[in-house]
Amino acid sequence: MSDMMSDLGDLYQEVILEHSKHPRNFRVMEAANRKAEGYNPLCGDHYTVFVEVDDDTICDISFQGSGCAISKASASIMSQALKSKTTEQAGDLFNKFHGVVTGRDKNNVDGLGKLAAFAGVAEFPARVKCATLAWHTLQAALREKQMASTE
Amino acid sequence: MSIIASRIHHDEGISDTNLRKIREDFPILSRKVHGQPLVYLDNAATAQKPQVVIDAIKQHYASNNANIHRGVHLLSQSATEAYEASRRTVQRFLHAADPSEIVFVRGATEAINLVAQSYGRKHIGAGDEIILSEMEHHSNIVPWQMLCEEKGARLRIAPINDDGELILDQFEKLLNSRTKFVSMIHVSNALGTVNPIGKLVEMAHGWNVPILVDGSQAVVHGKVDVRALDCDFYVFSGHKLYGPTGIGVLYGKHELLDAMPPYQGGGDMIRSVTFAKTTYNDLPYKFEAGTPHVAGAVGLGSAIDYVNAIGLEEIAAHEDELLFYGTEALQSVPGLRLIGTAKEKASVLSFVMEGIHPHDIGTILDRQGIAIRTGHHCTQPLMQRLGIPATARASLAVYNTRAEIDALVTGIYKVKEVFD
Ligand SMILES: Cc1ncc(COP(=O)(O)O)c(C=O)c1O
Repeated sequence: MSDMMSDLGDLYQEVILEHSKHPRNFRVMEAANRKAEGYNPLCGDHYTVFVEVDDDTICDISFQGSGCAISKASASIMSQALKSKTTEQAGDLFNKFHGVVTGRDKNNVDGLGKLAAFAGVAEFPARVKCATLAWHTLQAALREKQMASTE
Repeated sequence: MSIIASRIHHDEGISDTNLRKIREDFPILSRKVHGQPLVYLDNAATAQKPQVVIDAIKQHYASNNANIHRGVHLLSQSATEAYEASRRTVQRFLHAADPSEIVFVRGATEAINLVAQSYGRKHIGAGDEIILSEMEHHSNIVPWQMLCEEKGARLRIAPINDDGELILDQFEKLLNSRTKFVSMIHVSNALGTVNPIGKLVEMAHGWNVPILVDGSQAVVHGKVDVRALDCDFYVFSGHKLYGPTGIGVLYGKHELLDAMPPYQGGGDMIRSVTFAKTTYNDLPYKFEAGTPHVAGAVGLGSAIDYVNAIGLEEIAAHEDELLFYGTEALQSVPGLRLIGTAKEKASVLSFVMEGIHPHDIGTILDRQGIAIRTGHHCTQPLMQRLGIPATARASLAVYNTRAEIDALVTGIYKVKEVFD
């Protein structure tokens, strides 16, 4: 296959497609004590992230909403990765993830686990916002801001 | 534009030889994208520019540049002449009665804001109503919303049916003695629906209500005659008509424009200024404060000449044929649903695919060199009405070919491959 298809294969990794079709923690959380809405006005992606934080630890995290495969899989895998992490660890992980998907620190995938699947996003600058929307929304929730936006 | 059900003008369209020549007129069409030949199907967002337009702009700056209406020297006079010649070209293009009815603006957005701020603020007050449709572009919603907020007026929204057609008798029912303005899209950028402007004008005028028509997507796809339509205002952007960005047109009936207060103040729009009082210039200059986009107007004039040389009817026939071909081709793709199936439709193929978000469709097509638009197309209320967050949209222009539609369909099968 051509480069074109291999680039696309890097972006739409099996694990990303699988999570986009069957997102985990895809539910409203009644017990949440933090929540925020995230919106990408460019493409209409729209999510709510729910978090239950206890003593700086993320006890539970879930999300709801709609959007493209990249944004949905990112939210799903993020929710798995962050359960029982401290908010500080979550911040560090986002930093690292951000470096990888923007291409700023592309190869620094150690410790990212399944999140490393998003490394292909770096070749698609128009899609970085899709990969980071849930994360920005989470940050807003942790800071208790009402609305996150990628713009 | 035409009626989809009764189309097929094979013999009136553009021959393959001419189509090849037309494609050669557009330098960008020979470039590659991600190593693939460019298939440009985002014409409703902006059209590509033929070499003659690029040359006209270059020529203006290289040998004719000066400020206009302001100098006795030769360059100023010839720049003024070129600018005014473009105005007359636009006047003939829209079949307006007089060049003074043609105001150069930045684009459709500015034209609508001008009318909302000038006509609207003078004539629309508390309790008054403005009618729009459910398929308006944000640029024909927000300026009216701003006016309503300021004045305590309110928007009434004419609904559409599931095919994306305006429901005429519902529109008619919205008209009443509180209605002070109607502003309506001519051809929908998101769905391709062609609205029956003649009928809407008649209904609005029955209540003595003026009507603005947003022709951004209409002027490209068929002959528009503002006097035959009898609309009060007509607006469009140059860049969708193969012209440059930053230039557009407001047409208004002379008596309406004449009675309207200026939109912006500054040079060129005045006759005399003292600190006590300013008297305003005649139409259209009253609405053209400051140095205008002279090169843009010149480029737009040359774009209109270009379109006229091919023939608007030929262009419309060609695009209708492609639209028919594309409609059939896309309908044959399993899991794909066309959005916007009006009987009268022009040049837009909007669609959604089961289980695949438009944004992902756009990325995968882009890697194959195929440029389409994905998203809400600046029509969020329309998307809400249709119950979808977004669509993928291919939109056609004079230089598109059947082979490009085939490439789109092949590309869509690749999208399915990635997601299966
Ligand atoms: C129907 C319609 N109206 C208005 C506009 C706004 O045009 P512009 O952004 O050039 O002012 C557009 C362009 O996107 C359009 O498609």
